[in-house]
Formats: sequence, structure tokens, C-alpha cells
Amino acid sequence: MNLTMLLDMAAEGFGDRVVVGSRAGGLTAGRLRELAMGGARAIRDAGSDAVVYLAVNGPAFQVALFAAAYAGVPLVPVNYRLGEEQIDKLLANHPRAYAVVESQEAGVVARAGLDSRTPDEWLTEAAAAAGTDTEPVTTQAPAVIIYTSGTTSAPKGVLLRQENLVSYVFGTVEFMSADADDAALMSVPPYHIAAVSNALTNLFAGRRVLVLENFSPAGWLELVRAERVTNAMVVPTMLARIMDAEGLDLSVPTLRSLAYGGAKMPRRVIERALREWPHVDFVNAYGLTETSSTVTVLGPDDHRAALDASDPAVRARLASAGRAVPGIEVEIRDEHGEVLPPGTPGQIWLKGDQVSGEYAGSGSMVDARGFFFTRDQGRLDHDGYLFVEGRLDDTIIRGAENIAPAEIEDVLARHPDVADAVVVGVPDEEWGQRLEAVVVARPGRVVDTEALRQECRSTLRGSKTPDRIVVWEELPRTVTGKLLRRDVVAGLTSQLPVPPGH
Amino acid sequence: MKPSVGQTLSSPVDTTTVIVVRAPDSDVELTCAGVPLWDAKSGDEAPEGSADPDQLGGSLLGKRYADEELGLELLCTKGGAGTLAVNGTPIPLRDAKPLPASD
Repeated sequence: MNLTMLLDMAAEGFGDRVVVGSRAGGLTAGRLRELAMGGARAIRDAGSDAVVYLAVNGPAFQVALFAAAYAGVPLVPVNYRLGEEQIDKLLANHPRAYAVVESQEAGVVARAGLDSRTPDEWLTEAAAAAGTDTEPVTTQAPAVIIYTSGTTSAPKGVLLRQENLVSYVFGTVEFMSADADDAALMSVPPYHIAAVSNALTNLFAGRRVLVLENFSPAGWLELVRAERVTNAMVVPTMLARIMDAEGLDLSVPTLRSLAYGGAKMPRRVIERALREWPHVDFVNAYGLTETSSTVTVLGPDDHRAALDASDPAVRARLASAGRAVPGIEVEIRDEHGEVLPPGTPGQIWLKGDQVSGEYAGSGSMVDARGFFFTRDQGRLDHDGYLFVEGRLDDTIIRGAENIAPAEIEDVLARHPDVADAVVVGVPDEEWGQRLEAVVVARPGRVVDTEALRQECRSTLRGSKTPDRIVVWEELPRTVTGKLLRRDVVAGLTSQLPVPPGH
Repeated sequence: MKPSVGQTLSSPVDTTTVIVVRAPDSDVELTCAGVPLWDAKSGDEAPEGSADPDQLGGSLLGKRYADEELGLELLCTKGGAGTLAVNGTPIPLRDAKPLPASD
């Protein structure tokens, strides 16, 4: 199984259909294949053993993804927002890479001893060698290496095999299921697993993909209307910003489906969006880099049923990640490895062909039964809906008590004055860690932190009430919406009233 | 033969190629136009035979052919003229129930 199979099928089934970029001037499936084959030749001629991609999303990314697959080398999308020191470290792992690099990053890449070309130069090189008869080189190399965001530890290289990614596509997408004029808008950067999976699934479905490089609510809404976008994927912070934007035309007449994932979606935001856009099918997807993207899906019917349900179990599902996609098994286990019954929280373990669970330098992390530990905590309900309750690594130990911040954050975020909330453990001489919270006020509101503490005390209990709540302008998040808890702790423990940069 | 998930099987008598998406635990006979499918990468000789004129219903690119009872699912990666069959019975097209797009 090779990613090139997907492109071969697309070129055969709908070679004349534009699959990347604008309707006028975009790449057809046939042309994408020719360029990928040309790109593969360039990579091989250079003797490279990887393709480093340090640029924004766009046609050059799709060509790089498939060119690497034809050449039998991994694509390594690198986060261009990382600090230079971190980029240096990542590039040092790939000394013989072929680099596609935005011109302003050329210096970093040159320092690593790599030749580089800009995305435009890359497309020109690929076009010069374009062909139709390249056979993919079979190697043991992974298809893609993605460095995790490292919100809790140093970035790790996740190895995704050709079989992992192709299994994911075959398991979740029907070939050519999109209409010829469908268009998908992608707003996550290429170093995110969703960008890789999105490029593959939309191509296989025959759906044209557009990219928004720098997200803004106005830019997103305008592009949806201008390009008649039918499907879009956002991270929760993006949907929150769209819904909270003032004075914008929120109409999205052509939009049929909106998928979200990557971080926790505040209930207030999804409820607002469901009422604002009743014609749109909302899809919540849960997955990890290590699982080739989506492993559970909360579908449109689940969303609509949950919005107005009187049954509390059905209502609660708006906060669930949905049910496993075909080919995925979910187990909730306790810390001794015992499988737990529905309703009982524990560790989330996953199994399936799309699950890699493999890291550069440390090999496969799946257990003897083929299950991978996500390091997420959660539970299944009696109908198989998964509720993700935060990272194990986020657990706060106050005295001898393990406290998951998610439950407290939920209470804080439910408050009408609060737009965003985080709870962290701050080093404490007496308790080991004490609970502190940071909240962001909704536009035009003022947060009464003492009233908020009382709210926690009455809803939860004393030991789960933050010892201190402070108000910041915003929370430190990655561009893909993940909370940087370390930065929150650093900000809270510094003597400054607000953390640097805020 | 005992097909395995991820295996690519080709027809020696037409252009049909499939990939095994779900495989049964048991041995099955997989044919296209009545002639056994084979794994071109296995190093085995291509099966001999000629297309059965009564089994030329065609296979369609991108479609899934599945026998739920056996737990067999084939995804057609190249269409052709022959009919895909398991143990002598044509394999029905699987009802496509696409998941909502999640990315």
C-alpha cells in the first residue's frame, strides 16, 4: 500500500478535475500526478533521503507529499513557527534532506547545511521533470514524519507508514464521493496531521482543496463565500473567533459540512454555531498524530440530537468525540491495564491499521495486543461514545489527590462572562502543587474572580476550587489551538502581573 | 488462497486490480472472469486460464466489493471487464455509507 495508489486512482477516475487550488488555474488530479512524478525524479537525482517542508500550505505541499511517496522517502513538514533553536534540532535529524523552504527561512536551512528551494521553485523543478510513468520506489522509510507540538515535552518525531495513512483513507472515505463542484477549505498548517490527512482524503473523495494561510474570521468567511466552499475544517479557537467576531457577515450559504478537532470545543461556541448555521453538518473528530488523524467521529445527527435533547445522556454528547471509525477499536483501561466498563473513566487505548504508535529513535509503542496508549484520559458511554477528559500529563497532584483540570475548566468556561479558561498546577511547598486558574473575559464583560471561585466550590468541592483565579487578555495557545500549559505556569509563577508577550 | 489486508491482487486476464481491505480468516478462492486473482509481488507465476464469457460483468474503479458473511472486502484500484467472485459466487458491491468528512 502506497500513497501513490490514491493519486493513481484519482488520476484514472477524475484526471481532469481540479483538486488543488482555485477553480481557475488550480491543479487537476492528472497534473498533480505528473508534478509528483517529476518532483520524485528531482528528489532522487539529489540523492536525498527525506523531504523537509518548511513553508505554508498550498499546491507545493500536495506535490511534495506525493513526490516523496513516489521517491520512497518521508515527507517531514516542519513547524515554521518554532524558534530557531528548535528548528535547528529538527533539521539536524535530516542532514541529507531535500528542502522546500519559504525564502525567509532559507538562512536556517542553510545553517543546517541543506540546499533549499522556495515552494515556487519546487513547483518549477517538478514541472521540468514532470512525467507519467514513474513507479514508486519501495523502501522501508516512513511516508511522513511529523514532530509533535511538544506542549508537555520535547517534540518527538512520529513515524507514519504508507500503510497507516492509506488504511485511514480506505477505512473512512469513499472514492469520488464528492460532487465535481465541491470545495474544501483547510485552515491548519502543513505540519499538523490534519493537513496531511486532509490532502489525502479530499483527493480520494475528488474534492478540491483550498488553503487559508493566515486565519482571520473575516478572511475565512470571505473565502468560503468567494470560492463557494462546501466543506471546511477548523480548530475550536477558530470557530470561537468566528462566532465572537463583531460586525461580520456570518452567512455561509454554500457550506454544508464543518469539521473541527485538535482541542476541546467550548459548549457555548458549538451551540452558538449550530444555531447560527442550522443548514451546516457539524463533525467533531478526535485523533492524534500517532493515529493518522481521526479515530472517532461525532456526526451531524449526533450534534442536532444533542442540541435540543431532554435526555441528559444525549445532551451530554455535544461534548463527546463520538464513536470509533471503521477499523478502530477503543479500550478504556485502568493504570494496571484492566479494561474498564462503560461509564468508568480511565486511559484511552486504540488499535487499528491506521495507528502507528511509532517514534523516531524509540520504535513502536504498541502493546502485545496491538493497542496504543494515547496518554489521554476519558470514558465511553453505554452507546460507545467517547468522552475525552484531557491529557494524563496535565493531571495536577494536589496533596495526594490526582485532579484532572478539564472538569474544573468546564465549570469555569460555562460561566457567561468567561471566554476561555485553563487550570494548572503551580509548585507549592505545602501541597506539592496548588490549583491556579487563568480565565479570559468575553468581549465587553468583566470577570468577578471571587464569584467564580464560589461557583467552583458549589459545583465541585473545596479541593477542586482554584486557590487563585487571574484574568489574562488571552491564553497561550499554539496556532492549532492547543493550550501551552507550561507557558501558563511560567506566567503565573513569574512576578509580572501578566506573562511576557501578553 | 488466504488474502491478507493491504495485499494487492491482479487479474491475469483483464485490467482489474483490487486491494484487500478486510480479509477472512479462512482460505477462499478469489477470481475475476473465472480466473484466479494473484499477487504480482509474490513471485508466483500468473495463473493460467482464459476469461469466462459468462463472468464479464465488469469491476469498477474505486468501488468496494464485499461478502459480509465471510468478512471479505476488496477495493477496486483499477477497473476491468471481469466479474469479481469468491468461491464461485459474484461478490456484491458494498453499499457505500460514507462517513461525514472529518478533516
